[in-house]
Amino acid sequence: MIDVLVVGGGNAALCAALMAREAGARVLVLESSPREWRGGNSQHTRNLRCMHEAPQDVLIDAYPEEEYWQDLLKVTGGITNERLARIAIRASSSCRDWMRSHGVHFQPPLSGALHVARTNAFFMGGGKALVNAYYRSAESLGVQVRYDVPVADIELQDGRFIAAHIAERVVDGQRLPAERIEARSCVLAAGGFESNREWLREAWGQNERGEWPSDNFLIRGTRFNTGVLLRRMIELGADAIGDPTQAHMVAIDARAPLYDGGICTRIDCVSLGVVVNREGRRFYDEGEDFWPKRYAIWGRLVAQQPGQIGFSIIDRKSVGSFMPPVFPGTKANSLGELARQLELPEAEFVKTVEDYNRACRVGTFDHTALDDCHTEGLSPAKTHWARPIDTPPFYGYPLRPGVTFTYLGLKTNEHAVVHFTGKPSPNLFVAGEMMAGNVLGKGYTAGIGMAIGTAFGRIAGTQAAMAAGYRTHAVTAGHDHANV
Amino acid sequence: MQMFDPRAQQGQDPVGETSNLIPVLNLAETEVERQMTICNSCRYCEGFCAVFPAMTRRLEFGQADIHYLANLCHNCGACLHACQYTAPHEFAVNVPQAMAKVRLETYAEYAWPAAFGRLYKRNGLTLALASAAALVLFLILTMAASGNLFAPVTGGDFYAIFPHNTLVLMFGSVFGFAMLALALGVRRFWRNVSPPGAPEVNVNAAALEATQAVLELKYLDGGHGQGCNNADDKFTLWRRRFHHLTFYGFLLCFAATSVATLYHYLLGWAAPYPVTSLPVLLGIFGGIGLLIGPAGLLWLNYRRHPEHGDVNQRPMDRGFIALLFLVSLSGLALLAGRETSALALLLATHLGLVMAFFLTMPYSKFAHGIFRSAALLKSAIEKRQPNTLKLGDD
Repeated sequence: MIDVLVVGGGNAALCAALMAREAGARVLVLESSPREWRGGNSQHTRNLRCMHEAPQDVLIDAYPEEEYWQDLLKVTGGITNERLARIAIRASSSCRDWMRSHGVHFQPPLSGALHVARTNAFFMGGGKALVNAYYRSAESLGVQVRYDVPVADIELQDGRFIAAHIAERVVDGQRLPAERIEARSCVLAAGGFESNREWLREAWGQNERGEWPSDNFLIRGTRFNTGVLLRRMIELGADAIGDPTQAHMVAIDARAPLYDGGICTRIDCVSLGVVVNREGRRFYDEGEDFWPKRYAIWGRLVAQQPGQIGFSIIDRKSVGSFMPPVFPGTKANSLGELARQLELPEAEFVKTVEDYNRACRVGTFDHTALDDCHTEGLSPAKTHWARPIDTPPFYGYPLRPGVTFTYLGLKTNEHAVVHFTGKPSPNLFVAGEMMAGNVLGKGYTAGIGMAIGTAFGRIAGTQAAMAAGYRTHAVTAGHDHANV
Repeated sequence: MQMFDPRAQQGQDPVGETSNLIPVLNLAETEVERQMTICNSCRYCEGFCAVFPAMTRRLEFGQADIHYLANLCHNCGACLHACQYTAPHEFAVNVPQAMAKVRLETYAEYAWPAAFGRLYKRNGLTLALASAAALVLFLILTMAASGNLFAPVTGGDFYAIFPHNTLVLMFGSVFGFAMLALALGVRRFWRNVSPPGAPEVNVNAAALEATQAVLELKYLDGGHGQGCNNADDKFTLWRRRFHHLTFYGFLLCFAATSVATLYHYLLGWAAPYPVTSLPVLLGIFGGIGLLIGPAGLLWLNYRRHPEHGDVNQRPMDRGFIALLFLVSLSGLALLAGRETSALALLLATHLGLVMAFFLTMPYSKFAHGIFRSAALLKSAIEKRQPNTLKLGDD
């Protein structure tokens, strides 16, 4: 019999599997996707936000716990659980040696990402390289891994995990029978529901314009996070946490693929120009703060616009000053021509840009600082990096909300336990995006998803091994939460 | 699968001016351009090798950039296995494969004389025919010289069959031609990828760095020292080790011949030399390296992941590896059998294979070392030049 069953195949699931295996448990990992798509959203990640008191290999200076916590507090607007947040933060300071021991390589920040040289440790080769390393390590340690096995139901007895149920399915043209897999304990790490269009529709509903906004969302993350198990667990009475409309949601190129667009679909020129909606009007301060601190709010901003679309507009001056986008910009030699090409109302669009140009008070342009280029008498204002858009050619990039992962999840505690009406399960645990909403009520900051996934994946694996009868020093949870 | 092309989405030029790019890219080059546009907006692979840092210095990719990057790529496979956009993703990114296809075209395109570039089209056949022809030539010459392939030769004195000056003339001229052809080819490549007017840098430091990268095979270390990929996403140092055995084995064999030439002309010592002499010892060690190295590379080549590199080039790769192996095997056999009546036959075989190797040097996989060294030098120079882009943080 299996000791620890891990449902899911991304970072948190693999951290849990590795920890449980290291504790001596017999572990089975069930990944719902085919092997070539394994790893969930982790394959699209690139770094881990790390607390550190002094320079550490690839990390410069220090990023103390308190600063990390304040950053998190800011982006979530206080919708977080301090106890759990601090567990994740502290774990991020000590988990990297363990990650290295399982084959993960770190490197200094990538070009164009120097702003996080202090706070984020980058995975060499990105998240898929990390996922590959974990799978290799897991298999060499004797963890069983099965692909194309989506768990549809969990069998419980008074809050105790009994077995996972897999429905009959067709894989590569072959019909596979339904299965029931028993285990002594179980870790759920099967992600959010961002790829479930129906559920997104239900969560976002219809707006005052009669639109179903989520129909226009693109999913930057995996196509396999349909939230089947999350929904089933909530139906079974597991305590949930989080607002289903909250998600890591950025503004990405509207031409990106529907799923798995990943990092390269981002548009990084927002703060260099203006953003207009379908009606040719601006709707938010593009220069409010550095783009890395603002990119996570623009998904929602665009979601609130008619047609859930926006257009980032720049001129020749900005070319070469931002990360190259994967899709070419629409290019025109006049504002009117650009409006026509982008199918924007020409008069309105030209007026918006000309009003903006007149309002610009250009001082010393410096994209690396909160400079003094701003607008006067314009609403909404642009508070930094405001330069007239007057040098052809002009470029436009269409923007859509791009969801990386949703925050609705299962409520948990420092032992990563699933709760049923406030009562902790003796052997059912949760990790990764399926519980990240405990820490992330809203907003996002780079590398926090992997920090939560790694911390709670490791806790869940340790706890699951203990629940299955293996004695282990409960590293992360045991020491840290005692001090909180 | 329908290839995803970012540029096709709008039918537009990428940011900047590509309309004045001359010349127009061919199919393989267009594919590299397409993939580099995707990679340049991702950049997760920047730590693996020199290709991606070179890519980030560019916003668009003209033919010269593509030729340069293709030859800078060592086909290590790290970026393929780490890629979130590789098939079945619709972006279908496979940088090692796209680069390999262009790389082969550059060998053919820069070959001198130009007409011989087409020998790359069927390179396995080229090597087979060259070997057969050279073997036949030397067997006939042996027959003509000795009248018999098994004529006993006293004391292993192969100059009794082929006078020293005959060998020097034959091999010297063919080798000289091969060097000339390679030099002219790589010069044309260099001029194309390094337009004049670039900022001056410390070329000596760059050359030192490039030399080190060549001698260490730096970019087969995966960026983390655990090696490159071969059969799957696991890292292995064996490709590097077998390549080292091959490369240094080859150099030792070359040194053996060079020392022997010095003995002959400077010291007046004529071959055959005793087993404990420097030329023979160099030849033995080099020969052993040149047996194990190619055998290992061939074994790895057969186990290579099917998506890794261009499968159509495997005949070229394997033909070249096999020829190296046979050159070494026949050389060691000649040494072992030089006191026997098989000397003439062994000598003809070895000389024939060496001649085939020299003849095909500018038109075989051998060229990869020359073009890659040039690309590494350009990379070392380029990174010392100021980056004209000032991409803001994302």
